[in-house]
Amino acid sequence: MADCEDTLRELQLFLAKELSPRTQTAIASHLDGCTDCLQAFDFHAELKSVIARKAREQTMPEGLMARIQECFTLEQTSPFDQQSPFDRPSPFSG
Amino acid sequence: MEYAPALYSAAMRLTYNSADAEDLVQETYLKAYRSFRTFEEGTNLRAWLYRILTNTFINNYRSKQRRPEQDDIADVEDMYMYKNLGSLEIALAGRSAEDNLLERITDDEVKQAMAAIPETFRIPVYLADVEEFSYKEIADMLDVPIGTVMSRLHRGRKALHKLLFDYATEHGLVPADRETEPANHG
Repeated sequence: MADCEDTLRELQLFLAKELSPRTQTAIASHLDGCTDCLQAFDFHAELKSVIARKAREQTMPEGLMARIQECFTLEQTSPFDQQSPFDRPSPFSG
Repeated sequence: MEYAPALYSAAMRLTYNSADAEDLVQETYLKAYRSFRTFEEGTNLRAWLYRILTNTFINNYRSKQRRPEQDDIADVEDMYMYKNLGSLEIALAGRSAEDNLLERITDDEVKQAMAAIPETFRIPVYLADVEEFSYKEIADMLDVPIGTVMSRLHRGRKALHKLLFDYATEHGLVPADRETEPANHG
């Protein structure tokens, strides 16, 4: 049975789902019965989600996709590259 | 090229310059294209692309930006933000979204706070908390032991949360002279 100290120490690992299933369950069952720890976990879960959303760049410059495509095309026609890198289907063409 | 927008976003949080970020993403795809034969089928393509991106950044762009690697970061008390803000946040919880203190922190503030964290710490924090890579994947990408990833995440997150708390205080989201009632886990 995890106590408050154990539980709070594992907070970040719990949120990242990095704990063993057994520890994850022990923490979850402590949180079921402990409002104080649950509040701390909720706060950090929300903080993590706010950071994840707001740290992201929402738009990509318009020409970037075309630039990448263009350099693939240049590579394919390069006289220095006799062997095609595509021995199997590329995931980049999609 | 479904990962391009996410890679561009990561590149922006590394370089903080859109021209450099574009070059970095293009270079990442070019390297991926050239070394595609070394990609082990069945392994995680997304993680492989981020590995190329972060390594290219560390090897090429960091030196270009003349910013030496910083391994040191101020130590912050555990759960600093929660202890100082948590009780207020809880008091406001359940109201409209505008009342949510954390939501009032702007995108720019989060991006600036990230910029203020040395790359050694910022890269793992971005990969774990924004991209949700596993600690093992991050350790593989950065070629460091998983314990190092965990310690950098621990210190990097604390520093990031402290900076965000400082922004909240500066912008009056938290009254500066307010006697903070400590959360129960003080």
